[in-house]
Amino acid sequence: MRLEPIAHPTAVRQFGLPALAVALTFVIAAVLAMIAGANPFAVFGEIIKGAFGSKFAILETLNRATPLIFTGLAVAVAFRAKLWNIGAEAQLYAGAVMAVVLGTGALPWPAAVLLPVMAIAAMLAGALVLLIPALLKTRLGVDEVVTTLLFNFIFLLFVSYLLEGPLKDPMGMGWPKSERLIAEARLPRIVEGLRLHWGFGLAVIAALAVWVIDARTTLGFEMRAVGQNAEAARFAGIPVTAVVLKTALLSGGLAALAGFSEVAGLKGSLTLDLSPGFGYTGIVVAMLALLHPIGVVAAALFVAAIFVGADSMSRAVGVPTYLADIMLASALLLMVLAILLTKFRVRRD
Amino acid sequence: MPAPQQDQTQPVLRLSNITKRFGSVTANENVSFELARGEVIALLGENGAGKTTLMNILFGQYTADEGSVELFGQTLPPGTPRAALEAGVGMVHQHFTLAGNLKVWENIALGAQSLTAGSLRPAAVKDRIRNLSQQFHLAVDPDAKVGRLTVGERQRVEILKALYRDARILILDEPTAVLTPQEADDLFTTLREAVEMGLSIVFISHKLHEVMAVSDRVLVLRHGRLVAERKTDQTTPQEMAALMVGAEVSAPEFKEQTPGAPLLSLRNVVTDPVGGSTGLNGISLDLCAGQITGLAGVSGNGQEALSDLLSGLVSPNQGQMSVRGKKPTRWTPRVAIGHGIGRIPEDRHKTGTIADFDLVENTILETYGTEFSRNGWVNWRAARDHAEHLIERYDVRCPGPDTRIRLLSGGNMQKLILGRVLETDPKIILANQPVRGLDIGAVNYVHGRLSQARAEGAAVLLISEDLDEIMRLSDVIHVISKGRLSPAFPRGTQRPEDLGVWMAGHGFDDDPSVKDTAHAS
Repeated sequence: MRLEPIAHPTAVRQFGLPALAVALTFVIAAVLAMIAGANPFAVFGEIIKGAFGSKFAILETLNRATPLIFTGLAVAVAFRAKLWNIGAEAQLYAGAVMAVVLGTGALPWPAAVLLPVMAIAAMLAGALVLLIPALLKTRLGVDEVVTTLLFNFIFLLFVSYLLEGPLKDPMGMGWPKSERLIAEARLPRIVEGLRLHWGFGLAVIAALAVWVIDARTTLGFEMRAVGQNAEAARFAGIPVTAVVLKTALLSGGLAALAGFSEVAGLKGSLTLDLSPGFGYTGIVVAMLALLHPIGVVAAALFVAAIFVGADSMSRAVGVPTYLADIMLASALLLMVLAILLTKFRVRRD
Repeated sequence: MPAPQQDQTQPVLRLSNITKRFGSVTANENVSFELARGEVIALLGENGAGKTTLMNILFGQYTADEGSVELFGQTLPPGTPRAALEAGVGMVHQHFTLAGNLKVWENIALGAQSLTAGSLRPAAVKDRIRNLSQQFHLAVDPDAKVGRLTVGERQRVEILKALYRDARILILDEPTAVLTPQEADDLFTTLREAVEMGLSIVFISHKLHEVMAVSDRVLVLRHGRLVAERKTDQTTPQEMAALMVGAEVSAPEFKEQTPGAPLLSLRNVVTDPVGGSTGLNGISLDLCAGQITGLAGVSGNGQEALSDLLSGLVSPNQGQMSVRGKKPTRWTPRVAIGHGIGRIPEDRHKTGTIADFDLVENTILETYGTEFSRNGWVNWRAARDHAEHLIERYDVRCPGPDTRIRLLSGGNMQKLILGRVLETDPKIILANQPVRGLDIGAVNYVHGRLSQARAEGAAVLLISEDLDEIMRLSDVIHVISKGRLSPAFPRGTQRPEDLGVWMAGHGFDDDPSVKDTAHAS
């Protein structure tokens, strides 16, 4: 068996195959639901109801999508430049730590000043976390897949130390938990009375910004050129190393905003379970979006809807919520396969 | 496996009415031909004429939409290279398919039998290879690592690989593109030997004199159709060239002109090796205004290093470089462009363009920062206008500026690169293999543009493995060998035999300056 490149993929191939991948995901989920003894249509109905069936459900889905948009963007930006950032999880926590350090009373400023400062500081922290593996890659040729992945565990242990030590809430009854943010450091709600914070707005703005950077700026042009063909980019005079480092800063900063938004928007304090793997799910989101920034928003909503919907589905029809994890995993694998098949034709010899 | 028994007069290969379409493009239309036992046919055609597609169909890599392939009287099942291999077709690709970390005999045995099988007898394999080597004049050491071999030797391994599997039909895709004149002659000897043994050969080439030298019959493909078939002894290179492009060909006229001041000077420059090729080993060179300097030599002798140096990819370790009177302290591609060096890279697919970028993006690859952006914002309207201008002015045939450049033929890709370079009005032009793999129409176009740049006062460095090309265009020729440069051969004093001596690495030992550096190291 052998792969033959396709010179001119048809529109059906280019868009039909990714759509088919999503459809197949549902078929697999349906089979599993039947094995679990439930009616698959009831299961999907409950998932949709749980994700979009009420105002509360919709807001919950949007809230859940927020960190995924940030980490999805972080991964998409990096992957497009062929910088394999698997460390969005660590960068997310770096942003969260920065939000706690600055937002628990250290800076007695009004919200209009404090929040932007926190956001920028969080981005810098995340950028720095990714800068280390990026420098190791550009200077010494160390594979960033390994370093960024392993850095997740190192950084999570570092956060654990912080929560047991310097950042531990003295009033926390001994729990490894930070102090709560002051009121000025909390992201306000978009509409008063509804449980949706400005983190979501920031995420959408970030997606639009990344889109504009990609399409309109010299940096976007450079990042795409380096990702597509670094040798040609270097020959043309594009400073490849500098572009990789800039990409790392942007990617790390975006992932850190997820941590900032979760702490300042949703949770109000930092605990070790702040992220149930948002950094890793961001990879799924980015791949489902075919690395397009606007697609990331849609993919994040899709993934969030499945997670939120699966929770209430599980309560209603008794199929375990693990169905959501299986759906995501199969969606990712099928999408990667679909992307491959848009570019290559399988030939049997 | 011996070939099936058959009548000696029957064709060994018959292609009948082959048609192959890729989407709306017809690569081959109703092509039919026959190949006799012991015959050499040459397949001529412009880039994109459909030669490689046709050979891939014959080899079973593509499936034809219509028509059939018959080998030794039996129809070949479509789309199965294995069937073609077993029927005795051996293909030597333009880009070799060898494993560099394996030895020669392992590469040859690979695919024919399993390297890990207990039945493998290395001594027997090597004996067989030695016999074939001797029989066909293909000198290679079976125990050498392929990664250490020269390009010419690797090609011999490829041919041995085919012979080892008892190929009865050899297909050679642009086999001389990577060879020195001497190596090419050796190859022709081998081919004649093969024909003596009853093999049949399909020879794909752009070089007309080779086609004349080696083939019995010439087939000319144009736009996927077989437009002409001639007995080689009844045609002329001029006729073949005209048939290929569908029009009479005119080479650029060489006009004498006095060169101006040196625009780029190298003094005893030493650089690191590039990849597996030699670095520069103490080179002094002046590129003068209004002059084309030709650099001849066997590939891998420092051409890459010199090209990378002028491109800004590599800085000298020792020695001085001055560009238009300045001695740059920092040397990068961007600095080189800033100093007015226009660069036409050797590999237009890998270094010259970004395949999935469209023509607009590829047009501004070098100038996006200086001419097509403000404060970091790209001016796409201006970029698009510029691309359209280049497409028109440099006759780039394409569906439009939004086309991804990977869909263009090599000639049109090169025209875009040429336009990108020349529109910046470069004072120094590096043209590294500027016409490799191009059809005659595109070759003449590129050469004409380079001659025009010379007339307008640019200093041109032309690097090529094609001696004819260099002798036709250059005011002065240097030969490069093992990172050293021969003295200049001004126009009129250049005889291929003399240059060949230097290309083979002789002559340098008589040069006292080289002797000194050799003793020093």
